[in-house]
Amino acid sequence: MIAIARLGARTLDVLRGFGRAAWFFADLVRNVPGALRRLPLVVSQVYAIGNLSLVIILASGLAVGFVLALQMYYALVPYGATESLGLIVNLSLVRELGPVVAALLFAGRAGTSLTAEIGLMKAGEQLAAMEMMAVDPRARVLAPRFIGGVVSMPLLAALFSTIGILGAYVVAVGLIGVDAGNFWGLMQDRVDVWRDVGNGIVKSFVFGVICTAVALYQGYETQATPEGVAYATTRTVVISSLCVLGMDFVLTALMFSTP
Amino acid sequence: MPPANRPTSGPRGSSAGLSTDPLIVIDHVTFGYDASRVILNDVSLQFRRGKVTAILGGSGCGKTTLLRLIGGISGANSGRVVFDGEVINARDREQLLRLRRRMGMLFQFGALFTDLTVYDNVAFPLREHAALSEEMIRDIVLMKLNAVGLRGAAGLRISEVSGGMARRIALARAIAMDPELIMYDEPFAGLDLISMGVAAQLIRKLTDATGSTALVVSHDVPECMAISDHVILMAGGGRIVAQGTPDELMNSTDPEVRQFVRGEPDGPVKFHYAAPPLAQDFRLVDRA
Repeated sequence: MIAIARLGARTLDVLRGFGRAAWFFADLVRNVPGALRRLPLVVSQVYAIGNLSLVIILASGLAVGFVLALQMYYALVPYGATESLGLIVNLSLVRELGPVVAALLFAGRAGTSLTAEIGLMKAGEQLAAMEMMAVDPRARVLAPRFIGGVVSMPLLAALFSTIGILGAYVVAVGLIGVDAGNFWGLMQDRVDVWRDVGNGIVKSFVFGVICTAVALYQGYETQATPEGVAYATTRTVVISSLCVLGMDFVLTALMFSTP
Repeated sequence: MPPANRPTSGPRGSSAGLSTDPLIVIDHVTFGYDASRVILNDVSLQFRRGKVTAILGGSGCGKTTLLRLIGGISGANSGRVVFDGEVINARDREQLLRLRRRMGMLFQFGALFTDLTVYDNVAFPLREHAALSEEMIRDIVLMKLNAVGLRGAAGLRISEVSGGMARRIALARAIAMDPELIMYDEPFAGLDLISMGVAAQLIRKLTDATGSTALVVSHDVPECMAISDHVILMAGGGRIVAQGTPDELMNSTDPEVRQFVRGEPDGPVKFHYAAPPLAQDFRLVDRA
């Protein structure tokens, strides 16, 4: 009987959590127009979230491009299809790896930073102080960060893919000796701007919404203790990553279900 | 019903004065963060307009919680908190934002924005609410900082100021908008004697000059007694031990009041948290 009661209480807790998260997200979106009118706040967040993530994004993109070119080359050699290397690397990056890996890195770098910042603001009663000054922290603090994350994520994913393709070019053409004309020509011929690049950008936009909203929610709902902030940052990475991977499958199925 | 020997009168000894024109009414309020932890139990109080009211009491008796209920940061489980005739609903954000424009609060640990300078912290509420030129804001900010003796620290970052300075900056920020109600949560904690005296006088003078209402939550009995019109002594569960003018409390014969205002270790208020007997905890009986 006690076990059933506990299960029921736990279920109610989970449902309440979903409700709170949904309400929080709706409130966040409701505050976006107001935050857009205070552009300097948004710009500073694009800098903090986007610019300061560039190093990890570009370094990872370059490394992924290098490795992808090598692996694809070894896979294509037996079929004599090495001229397709550029095309395969490009499609892999702009459709999948760019948005997904950039989002996972974004959750680890910018997401944890957002959660810790908001969590510590809560622990230090800065959010309560703001409320007591009749300033809504959701409008003043959360919404500009939300926009900053949503704007930054597609740009970071695009840069990830771009630097990855350049990395693949260096390895494929510079080191392995694949023909540069083939590398770029097939890419130009077979990569569709709207279907491939456009869908990749849409994906990264959705991932940006997920990662930023999760990070802000975890920070806002954290227990105002050092342990609470530590747990919240961990939850940000875990929940964001799982949501990104799950949503990637759904979006891929919707976007590329027909050849 | 308070005991007969406990003062219950209003400011400067006028028992009739307390109930007239209260700015805040706490009406049978019960509050707990969960069912097993009741912080305030059926508390009823009134705070008069234009007066300094000190709320004294031991740690954990619900003084800060009371301020949070008045500010709408937390909502009462039952009962009503009334501000200037309007019942505060902690779920009504529009109402809270409207009423809070008339309130200022000094938080226990300052709650300064660590990404802003001292100047920007004090300017924050002005920039958010007052349609003033930057030149006007500058004058007001420097005036407020001057009042707490920190005009010269305007350009410092929050990480560069000491705990006592942070408290004084928070005080300047709390009074930046000259609100009708200013709630001071431990305004004297961490201040040296000079700063403490200046802060106490600032609270008194500000209340007199602007006609605002001040609620001071503190452990510092001498400072509070020196500047308050009315003093409320609280105990665990939000129980009101006594209230009255500072003189009435200082001269009270009630043992609980006497123990608190004199800081005596022995008396009705126990220093130790409820625990088993020493002999049991240290297993002295078993060893014997």
